Amino acid sequence: MSASVVAAGPDSFLWWDWVVDHGDDVRQRLLEHLWLTGLAVSIGFAIAMGLSIVALRFRRTYGPITFVTGFLYTIPSLALFAFLVPITGFTTLTSEIGLVSYTLLILVRNIVTGIDGVPSAVKEAADAMGYRPWRRFLSVDLRLATPAIVAGLRIATVTTVGLVTITALIGQGGLGAFIDDGLSRNFSTPIVLGAGLSIALAVVLDVLLLGVQRLLTPWARTDRRRAQ
Amino acid sequence: MVKRFPGAARPAVSQLTLEVPRGELVALVGPSGCGKTTTLKMINRLIEPTSGRIEVDGLEVTSAPVHELRRRIGYVIQQAGLFPHRSVAANIGTVPRLLGWSKARTRERVEELVDLVGLDRDLLGRYPSALSGGQQQRVGVARALAADPPILLMDEPYSAVDPIVRAHLQDELLALQARLQKTVVLVTHDIDEAIKLANRIALLNVGGILEQVGTPEEVLRAPATPFVEAFLGRERGLKRLALHTVGELSLPPGPVVQVEASAREAEDVMAAHGTDWVGVLDSGDRLLGWVWKSDLAAAGTVAALDLRPFRATVHAGATLREALDVIVNSATGVAVVLDGERYVGMVRLEQVSEGLG
Repeated sequence: MSASVVAAGPDSFLWWDWVVDHGDDVRQRLLEHLWLTGLAVSIGFAIAMGLSIVALRFRRTYGPITFVTGFLYTIPSLALFAFLVPITGFTTLTSEIGLVSYTLLILVRNIVTGIDGVPSAVKEAADAMGYRPWRRFLSVDLRLATPAIVAGLRIATVTTVGLVTITALIGQGGLGAFIDDGLSRNFSTPIVLGAGLSIALAVVLDVLLLGVQRLLTPWARTDRRRAQ
Repeated sequence: MVKRFPGAARPAVSQLTLEVPRGELVALVGPSGCGKTTTLKMINRLIEPTSGRIEVDGLEVTSAPVHELRRRIGYVIQQAGLFPHRSVAANIGTVPRLLGWSKARTRERVEELVDLVGLDRDLLGRYPSALSGGQQQRVGVARALAADPPILLMDEPYSAVDPIVRAHLQDELLALQARLQKTVVLVTHDIDEAIKLANRIALLNVGGILEQVGTPEEVLRAPATPFVEAFLGRERGLKRLALHTVGELSLPPGPVVQVEASAREAEDVMAAHGTDWVGVLDSGDRLLGWVWKSDLAAAGTVAALDLRPFRATVHAGATLREALDVIVNSATGVAVVLDGERYVGMVRLEQVSEGLG
């Protein structure tokens, strides 16, 4: 065992000098990671919203939709990438197909449950006031389902940040590249760095989304006294 | 018109024909399952009838796009159904916003409505969750009235508030209705609420069968069917008493004398009325109190006596039911009727019965 965990030398758990030397790499990998995550969650959200609207409009489709997205969710990520690479190659597309599929179940479930949870009296009042269906959906149903939808986005985001580390295996960069590098050289510093930053990124994004939710739902604050 | 829900053995509403005169408040009353809410919701097409037609101002409700129809019909529901994510001001401004009014016009209208329904303007910025049940209900009414629709539909509007608040809100609705003269359809299972608020009551039986339509007085005096009689309950007479005011009665002056009257005159009045007491008035017809015959004998003049105050008094605007309550609680079996400070007369049980004629 080395005397110190951090900064002592190549044999320590986290060799700080190495991290400092690779500052540019860290920044780049972090941005790649953020990009892959953001892209996957955005596309996933768009698809999930479409699927949810279909499921809400045609209730019978909800079962099949959750079955298919649930099936995608259960496929081990490594296996999925191994399956896709022969078709779509070592590309961002391959990684995004996998990443997006994993967000769908969580997002569809949360959007549909969120909108179902809007009190029926409120929906009926909106109809009776003369809202047209789309306007009601956008300005009443979706607004009131915001807490549930953002909760889904938070889970999807945190999950995706973790999964992006695996896409390094198909050459898409991200913080997983450090882990990959460390594993292949039996060198702990990049492994610790990649994993640590990945966790930190997940926590930061989660907190940011929580902040977004609080901004979007001022009526749900604990001090529910005033609108302005 | 008829409404049959898919899979139901019996129609929810059968062969219902009902006319709601402009400016009147019609209450749809009946037990659960009588189709009263279904009927209401067919007016603004939240539910579509299976067959038949519904006309508003001679135009069939299906003749215009449904959202346009609904913007011309105010809608108030139980627990108000306010938008929890919008401030009170935004809730009230819902229909004006949908109609594309300018912000300034909407704001002005919202402030007018808040005053109209008796809410504090300080509440405009709050969210509904910060309001009491009664305040939410007032916001619900203000929201329904926002674009000044000629028609108002109210579905059990007061069933979720406590009885004291409910009575207040009912009184406010009566005052509002006296000013605005909307055509109102009110659904309630509470016959007393219907009697209090409605110009006309439509009693529905299970399956949406119309048993009787009439003014509260007509319905209470002559229930058309055993169902109506049972639904109105055992206290029909008492309920009718609530529909008439003391002021409608022609009241006898009762045993009263002017304060300057002599003991002799007072004794004559008591003898004429068969009482052993007499009320005392001043020159402005204000009732000062009453005295015992025995006190009068000792004192010699009315003016020299300490007068005992009347406790059993009712205002001329009070209902006969309230007057009856005062009478039964009064030791003399008489309630003194006052109009402000002015003495009007005395009401006894006989006059109350005559009032029901």
